[in-house]
Amino acid sequence: MKFWQRGDPFIWLTGGALALCLAMIAGLVGIIVYNGAGVFWPQDLTLLRLKDGPPIMGKLVDRQPIPGAAGRYRVQLKVGNRDAYGQDFRWVDEDAIADRETPAEAVVFERVEWGDMHGFIAALYEEERLLAKGEGSWEALQGLMDQVGELGERIHALERGELGKLNRAIDDLRLQERRLQREQNDAQLAANEVRRQALWDEHEALSGRLDELRAQQERWGVEVELAGGETRRVGVAAIVRAYRPNLMGVGAKVQTYLSKGWEFVAGEPRESNTEGGIFPALFGTVMMVMLMSLAAVPFGVLAALYLREYARQGFLVRLVRIAVNNLAGVPSIVFGMFGLGFFVYGIGGSIDQLFYADALPTPTYGTGGILWASLTLALLTVPVVIVATEESLAAVPREMREGALALGATKFQMIWSVVLPSALPGILTGVILATARGAGEVAPLMITGVVKLAPDLPLDAFAPFFHLERKFMHLGFHIYDVGFQSPNVEAARPMVYTTALMLLTIVLLLNLTAIVVRNKLRRKYATAAF
Amino acid sequence: MSQPLASDQANPIVEVENLNMFYGETQALHDIDLSIPEREVTAFIGPSGCGKSTLLRCLNRLNDLIESARIEGSVQVSGRDIYAPDCDVIDLRRRVGMVFQKSNPFPKSIYENVAYGLRIAGENRRRVLDEAVEKSLKAAALWDEVKDRLKDNALSLSGGQQQRLCIARTLAVEPEVVLMDEPCSALDPIATARVEETITELKSDYTIIVVTHNLQQAARISTYTAFYYLGSLIEFSQTEDMFTNPRSKQTEDYVTGRFG
Repeated sequence: MKFWQRGDPFIWLTGGALALCLAMIAGLVGIIVYNGAGVFWPQDLTLLRLKDGPPIMGKLVDRQPIPGAAGRYRVQLKVGNRDAYGQDFRWVDEDAIADRETPAEAVVFERVEWGDMHGFIAALYEEERLLAKGEGSWEALQGLMDQVGELGERIHALERGELGKLNRAIDDLRLQERRLQREQNDAQLAANEVRRQALWDEHEALSGRLDELRAQQERWGVEVELAGGETRRVGVAAIVRAYRPNLMGVGAKVQTYLSKGWEFVAGEPRESNTEGGIFPALFGTVMMVMLMSLAAVPFGVLAALYLREYARQGFLVRLVRIAVNNLAGVPSIVFGMFGLGFFVYGIGGSIDQLFYADALPTPTYGTGGILWASLTLALLTVPVVIVATEESLAAVPREMREGALALGATKFQMIWSVVLPSALPGILTGVILATARGAGEVAPLMITGVVKLAPDLPLDAFAPFFHLERKFMHLGFHIYDVGFQSPNVEAARPMVYTTALMLLTIVLLLNLTAIVVRNKLRRKYATAAF
Repeated sequence: MSQPLASDQANPIVEVENLNMFYGETQALHDIDLSIPEREVTAFIGPSGCGKSTLLRCLNRLNDLIESARIEGSVQVSGRDIYAPDCDVIDLRRRVGMVFQKSNPFPKSIYENVAYGLRIAGENRRRVLDEAVEKSLKAAALWDEVKDRLKDNALSLSGGQQQRLCIARTLAVEPEVVLMDEPCSALDPIATARVEETITELKSDYTIIVVTHNLQQAARISTYTAFYYLGSLIEFSQTEDMFTNPRSKQTEDYVTGRFG
């Protein structure tokens, strides 16, 4: 028999194709995990004394051969101190290094701006008064940071609580006044004037208190000696975290790693998103996916039920089916354009005209928001749900339907109590596919409601709790923004990988939940096999 | 054309007159006239494609599901024309139950499978359902095997048990007529014997119409037998007569195994 027809090459071909696919997936996940998981590890600080020029200190990030010079290598150092050096990274020829060491007292300061600072604590000041110098200043700094942290929490609570409430009250009043002006209700306007004055006074007082607290925070400063010998003053309030990596054991490093990881997951972004956390993006992504599923799944399933169970299977239904299938292949940005035109400007604009006329020309619903973004994505995923539901409905055996009908069930009873339960696992598979597609989609969101920074979450403790008109942050867009739109792309690169890792994890978790639910149902409604 | 003789029974429960049935342009049944006696087992035999299953599905209007199907003539069950415009199909299907060729339990528990017919008719009293489930399972000779596992999924039963469960499910709504479409064709000999026993026991309470390919089975369980060929009813008589003394040449050829 011919070699080809024996079938062995075919086995190798199919196996090879599968192996290639797996290798590519493993490569993708591997690269992201490799680059993303290590970002928060507190790496040692290395001090390089150079043969010419002042010494430099930083984290070793790379080592590679010098092009065109055989056998010679250069190392890349993340030196930090962007405010002093103007750049985060430096390449150094190994030949130019006279001496390396890891000084025990070296400190990494994570700051609210200008990125990390690497150096040694020279002295601590309260305004111009020297608090501590040399020995003991590290411990003193810890105490100061605790104190400043407490103050910071108070400021944060005031801003979020009272100040926020006041701002909302003032805004409501402003809208009310505009309405009154339109209605020319002068008596009420005069009454409002009094109230507005009261609110403004309150606002003034609160701002004064906040300024006072901030001034208190800013009394303390650290004098840091950089590797080259120059000194810099940093406000203690500007320091997010300080640690001495060269003195830390593995346990302490793990602790710092976890604390930084937690800040990443639960914290708010800093420095135009390149530092700090991604919580608003995380929250926005999950909420958007849920809203999207809430809209897409019921509509998709109902539409598929009509198409498969009730509609007369003829030319028209075939046409609709082809159209739905094609809809699933339309580029997502086209859906975005539709969402912008239809939801945002059309429906949103009309809602503003009808219910938020006082706020115009500032749009409320007539601009991108999480609701419109979710509905746009729902539109994008509905075809997937329809196709999958139709297929699983068609897979319910005819005998089972006839069995129900032969017992005197109406068509509705048959569908509800026999067909739907049997088709449920398949429907859920479609929902999983649709959700996964929706969670990873970015393009249509960029024009229907995603923004670079939206500190106000679309769900909070103030009535009406769901603020569906708000703009929101999304992990996919966050990756794009941090990776390609930030002022310091190279320093932000680790964040890109970690954010990507986070997005992958979220999609994975959402899918996993759906798969667990489906398997539970499948066990319950296992189909006949004999 | 050999006119099938009307059997000599006193109480016909199903009466088919001049029935012609079409799938689109194709005629599937030709001028069927048939009276089926009450509380007896009647077997439909004939080669594949002869229309016996089609006729069976005319008796509970399951052919309504096929869009191209069209009917001429009349079918009466208990004296009422089931193709009359005012006939309630749902009610008809409760009076005329059906067991299918391939067992088709619902993906529910054993209990819920049997109770399904009552539940969809609006019966939700626990006591009534419990009684009906036990009675039907006993009638289908399945009670002793499943009484301790009524909450289990019906799909965990063996093939023969599933088929008897389907019989129990049909009996639970207390139909007047039970249609069985080759109920044993997917079962092994032992399961077949159990189902046949069940059918014989049910004879005293129900009118049963069985479509079968198995001539021995028809001989074992039925009192009357109808033989169909190419959409026509060729002969209808007592089973014993048909197998020992067939009136028509075609019947003789078929029952002696010369074709089919």
